[in-house]
Amino acid sequence: MASKPRIKVPKSASAGEVITLKTLISHEMESGQRKDKDGNPIPRKIINKFTCTFEGQMVFECDLDPAISANPYFEFNAKVPSSGTFKFAWLDDDGSVYEAEAPIEVK
Amino acid sequence: MKRLLIAGAALAAGLAAGGWATAEPVDDTLEIDGVPMITRAKAPEGHPFEEVLSGWLYREAETRDLERDSIENPAMVSVEDGEVLWNKVDGTAGKSCASCHGDAAESMKGIGAHFPKWDEDSQKPINVELQINKCRTEQMGAEALPFDKGGQNELTAYIKHQSLGMPVEIDLSEGDMQSWWERGKEVYYTRTGQLNLSCASCHEVNAGKFIRADHLSQGQINGFPVYRLKSGFTSLHNRFRGCIRDTRAEIPKAFSDDLMALETYVTWRGTGLSVETPAVRP
Repeated sequence: MASKPRIKVPKSASAGEVITLKTLISHEMESGQRKDKDGNPIPRKIINKFTCTFEGQMVFECDLDPAISANPYFEFNAKVPSSGTFKFAWLDDDGSVYEAEAPIEVK
Repeated sequence: MKRLLIAGAALAAGLAAGGWATAEPVDDTLEIDGVPMITRAKAPEGHPFEEVLSGWLYREAETRDLERDSIENPAMVSVEDGEVLWNKVDGTAGKSCASCHGDAAESMKGIGAHFPKWDEDSQKPINVELQINKCRTEQMGAEALPFDKGGQNELTAYIKHQSLGMPVEIDLSEGDMQSWWERGKEVYYTRTGQLNLSCASCHEVNAGKFIRADHLSQGQINGFPVYRLKSGFTSLHNRFRGCIRDTRAEIPKAFSDDLMALETYVTWRGTGLSVETPAVRP
């Protein structure tokens, strides 16, 4: 039940300020280790990669593995040099990419 | 050994000093995603309190912060599940909630603040859960959702969440709402169970004191369905039943007449408070 991810980015910041970014996506993170009622393995379906870029520049990136629980939540910091847009992407095993973005204004 | 004894004595002294004090509601303000919440409101006429207070004010700082941040609020995942259900086609008519009501952000705004309402068809008050079931059976040709199952709470929370921040106000002049309010008041003040407690025994007479290592609030329901730290995502009627069970009384059925009357009355007791759905409580 992957729906649109939620992100939290401050609307504005001062130049060079370190801000906190929070993201959360609803995802079942099916590990591939479980079996259904008939004993057949349930195919793995997890988000395997998360990236955050700012104006094309990588801010945060990580690989996710099957042991990570459902609805992965990331919180990290970033220094913003100028106004721009943060872009977030979650890569699913099935090839889908869930995306979100948020602008920030530097005063 | 001697040192241990001293530590023990100090601990006992600390408990004696801190443990029996009343827990006054804190002086704090709540804002969720930039929307200010009304956590203190002037009580409506005929109310036993002068000021109605959200249960949020009685909580520890960590619990309050969980509700303040919609990303950290664990129940927001359930609200998202509710959004999926809102758009999901079900029943013989091939419709979803969205087929008729469109964007919930528009069509459901205010719903959470003004339910329960009078239902002409059943001649009873109707709450959001039962209204969902009414829509499902009459418009969608789908099965009614059983109590606490099938996404009932998720969908209810999603709908109520659209009224986040709006002050609770129910219309008692509709139909027979006034007499249901009276009945709810009677339920509220009637002592039941082996412990012989009424709702008022805790939430009116002893509001602000400690019980079972927790603070007794005014028992407001403006944040339901809530995320409870002890039991997860919890519906209002589940909470009613839990409270009544704790008095060791016979537990009325969810959505029974007694509990619908109680919901009507207790909603009125929170008049003026913001809808906080989904709130976070211990």
